[in-house]
Amino acid sequence: MAFYTRHLGDNSLVLSQRLCAWCGFAPELEIDLALANIGLDLLGQARNLLAYSASLTDSALDEDALAYGRDERQFTNLLLVEQPNGDFSDTLMRQYLMDAWHLPLYQGLVASSDPGLAAIAAKAVKEVRYHLRFSRGWLVRLGNGTALSNQKMQQALDRLWRFSGEMFSSAPEEQALVDQGVIPATQHIEAQWQQEVRQGIADAGLVLPDSAPYRTGGKQGLHTEHLGPLLAEMQYLQRVYPGQQW
Amino acid sequence: MSKIYWPLYEVFVRNKQGLSHRHVGSLHAADEQMALENARDVYTRRSEGCSIWVVKASEITASQPEDRGEFFDPADTKIYRHPTFYTLPDGIEHM
Repeated sequence: MAFYTRHLGDNSLVLSQRLCAWCGFAPELEIDLALANIGLDLLGQARNLLAYSASLTDSALDEDALAYGRDERQFTNLLLVEQPNGDFSDTLMRQYLMDAWHLPLYQGLVASSDPGLAAIAAKAVKEVRYHLRFSRGWLVRLGNGTALSNQKMQQALDRLWRFSGEMFSSAPEEQALVDQGVIPATQHIEAQWQQEVRQGIADAGLVLPDSAPYRTGGKQGLHTEHLGPLLAEMQYLQRVYPGQQW
Repeated sequence: MSKIYWPLYEVFVRNKQGLSHRHVGSLHAADEQMALENARDVYTRRSEGCSIWVVKASEITASQPEDRGEFFDPADTKIYRHPTFYTLPDGIEHM
């Protein structure tokens, strides 16, 4: 349970950190604000989830210790969220694939038998619904835009597709949580994700890649080469001045 | 990106306690839907339960400053044309 909430928190934390890097660099003022908004939503979710995860362990951990005191082998986020921002199409595609997963997941968690998790999910589901609306809107817009924007979106999809399978590889210990009604069944979420993504990709005039050799390992702390540098930047202050407060 | 395909939209927001939509500013967007989303991110900071109107700026006709005379001035000297001699009963709100 502590592991599972930490995994969800790590997803939101890392993706939030990625989105923050767009601040001041987005293609339009309005997009800049929208991406920052989504980043802040995710950071709030990460804080809730990590604080809750910390409270479930008996140690003196808190959300800050989890966010700034762990190295990449201790991070359990999906590989998808740590992928570089690339250009706007890469960021959008990453966001869309993630939002399409987040929504059914949190909708399922709202009905969790664990009141703490259900409360966090209830708050998150409103935000995630908007995120999906944003990323799906842009996906369809750019997919049906110019020949170039369609090509860029297709390339982003082809690049990121191999990270999508990991969302549905559940750890053995998660089955017990499903049986207790704490978390929704993976198959259920996968079905909804497939339905959303197939429709979204079709609406955007893009082609789903043939099943790629999927990359997994994030949940086990085995990451791509991108997470280490991201953490080095994010945790710089705590690494140089451990325990620094202000 | 060029602004050519991104027309200007005017944004009107009614907040939760508000009685009417107020003009809060403008923004650029490619279509109405995007304008709504942008307005929500730029102007409402996700206060729940508010209503947003977006209107293409080109749809708005404004009165001209040089027409001030015939538009607004004639009634100034005729105080009987202004409903200022009524006392409002207690319990009337929002006047």
